[in-house]
Amino acid sequence: MQQLFASHKFRRFAIQAGFVIVAILILVSLVLTGQRNIADQGIATGFGFLERTTGWPMNFSVIEVTGRSTYARVLWAGLLNTMLVGFMTLIFATVLGLLLALMRVSTNTVMKLVGATYVEIFRNVPVILQVFFWYAILTHLPSPRAAYAMNDVIFLSNRGLMLPAPMLSASDLWLLAAALAAGTFNLWRARAKPGTGRRWALVLVSYAVLFALLLVTGRAPDAPLVSVPELKGLRYVGGITLKPEFTALLVGLVLFGASYIGEIMRGGLLSVDRGKLEAGRALGLSTFQINRFIRVPLAFRAMLPALSNQYIWLMKATTVGIAIGYPDYFAVVSTSINQSGQTMELLALLMGGFIVINYSIGFVLNTVNERIKLKGRS
Amino acid sequence: MAHALPPPARQTGPLVWLRRHFFATWYDAVFTLVFAVLIFWVLDNVIGWAFVDAIWRVENREMCTHDAGACWAVIESRGRLILFGLYPYEEQWRSTIACLVVIVTIILSCLPVFWSLRRLPVLWIGGFAAFVLLMRGGFAGLEVVTSEQWGGLSLTIFIFAAVFVIGMPLAVLFALARRSSMPVIAKSFGLIIDIVRSLPLLTLLFAAAVVVPLLVPEAIQGNKLMRVVVAFAIFFAAYQAEILRAGLQSTPQGQEEAAIALGMPYWSVVADVLLPQAFRNTLPSTINQAVITFKETSIVTIIGFFEVMASGNAAIGNGEWGNQYIEVYVFLALIYFVFVFGLSRYGAWLETRMRLGHG
Repeated sequence: MQQLFASHKFRRFAIQAGFVIVAILILVSLVLTGQRNIADQGIATGFGFLERTTGWPMNFSVIEVTGRSTYARVLWAGLLNTMLVGFMTLIFATVLGLLLALMRVSTNTVMKLVGATYVEIFRNVPVILQVFFWYAILTHLPSPRAAYAMNDVIFLSNRGLMLPAPMLSASDLWLLAAALAAGTFNLWRARAKPGTGRRWALVLVSYAVLFALLLVTGRAPDAPLVSVPELKGLRYVGGITLKPEFTALLVGLVLFGASYIGEIMRGGLLSVDRGKLEAGRALGLSTFQINRFIRVPLAFRAMLPALSNQYIWLMKATTVGIAIGYPDYFAVVSTSINQSGQTMELLALLMGGFIVINYSIGFVLNTVNERIKLKGRS
Repeated sequence: MAHALPPPARQTGPLVWLRRHFFATWYDAVFTLVFAVLIFWVLDNVIGWAFVDAIWRVENREMCTHDAGACWAVIESRGRLILFGLYPYEEQWRSTIACLVVIVTIILSCLPVFWSLRRLPVLWIGGFAAFVLLMRGGFAGLEVVTSEQWGGLSLTIFIFAAVFVIGMPLAVLFALARRSSMPVIAKSFGLIIDIVRSLPLLTLLFAAAVVVPLLVPEAIQGNKLMRVVVAFAIFFAAYQAEILRAGLQSTPQGQEEAAIALGMPYWSVVADVLLPQAFRNTLPSTINQAVITFKETSIVTIIGFFEVMASGNAAIGNGEWGNQYIEVYVFLALIYFVFVFGLSRYGAWLETRMRLGHG
């Protein structure tokens, strides 16, 4: 017996077995207590509640949701809201971050100063405070009657930002999607097989012509091409309205995210070995060529891992939207828990949703990273 | 025979400097001028609003209109609410001293004298205990103030310090467990860390506040603040564990093997050989994580705690100061900025110092 305990192998086995047993015991006791507590409250377990109607409206959603919608549909709408604000944040923050990074690596001292000041201000203040700030500004704007107007097509009031929107029919949208798919396919083909570019340009031009024809003919005679917001009584009609909740969350996340993304991109640009840039110059490449063929590709590889972490972080940060009443996935789940009491099921859905979104982003960016990674020695 | 080229033109002097930094090309000149005008305009407006036209005292508050500058009177009137929350008025000196103790602890732990695995924990646990004792009271004639009455900046600092004190040992545990040579333990902790890292902090805090009471027997539930702090600490530990793991991996394998060959027990190998180097190598990332954690304490406002973000919102929540929201938010931003900017500058300084080989 003494010998058994002295044996390294047995000790390792005993520790691991003990760990597993304790973990299982904890889990079982959690489940048992949970079941008893939930049974005491008289709530049926299981996912049957997803088919029930919610009875509460959502103040913002991509798909149509009313008080008569089911829980499943409301949750789906919340997930779409999260993805809408999340992906728009990623796009705008990346563009702004790139501008900031370029400003900070330039030789112009004024631009460096502006970039550095921006980054330090927006990076060092919590994102939730920034979102509260923009929300307070947007909701304290004048009423629709006294809205700020820009050329009478864009209006800013305490009801939100009113923008003109193109009026596209379903067939227009399908054609646009087809053209987009064709364009992507073209790009992919042109990589694999050089020299097919011209033929594809022709295809794209014919798509454009077809689209223009449909635009002119395929609509009601008086319907305008663009719907412009217009003040009717106390509210605006036409165009699209970006509610203050959505706009404040988007602006807050973009300005905050851009400061981090800008720093990541700056780090990437600065990480490119000076010798490689000088080698390019020695070979007689122009500044543009050096940037296009040496600096940007190398910098992109260097920044991608940090960038994908930041993207996932920003996606998770959309949850602060609940603080100003933006119905994102978390907000919808938390209201559903209050209303239906199906705590465990909804919490599982909540965590599952975020794990799926974040793993997908991580998967896409990791795949890109694998594809573009320098082969052989670096 | 080739004749010698003339020496290059003089590359120094103020004009050359000016040209290189502001007017290198024609578009540089355009950017410089445009941004110079922009900077001037912004500075002029900000200084005018915040200082020149500002109203500072409550007795002048009827002058606070839309045309006037910043109405800092709101800070004079509501400052104590923002800083102390609902802490009893007569006892607020305790809250002040308690916060100062933690701030001194943070500053002391930035000094290399304290960088050892014995001094640092003693310093932090001591500072944290002093904070809690002062805030709670109940000894030496001090009135008891329960944690439900804590609020404002002191609650923010409490959450930050508690997360750090609980989270750091957890992070060491997580990192060592994930690197363990026992597959079951390494895999389980790897899974836990990855799941926690892929969830938003808010969902974890929400689960701790709302769901844990359903799952855990009442005897060990603790109060809501405790549960939320522990959940936050687990979240911090998951991120910090990955930082430490990177630090552990960066210490040469030979050192661990040499220590084992010398017959040092496991805990001594970890505490005397691996961890000191891991901490030292990852100090900049650790400080960065502390900075992020300090900013993220503001999230607990969503699940109903009265920390500085929430007390700021409360200060403008009633009609009296409802129009001074910009002033209050700027004040809050300044509070966060002082902490976060200070710490992150220190981290950046440390990073350059280490890169130069003084680390």
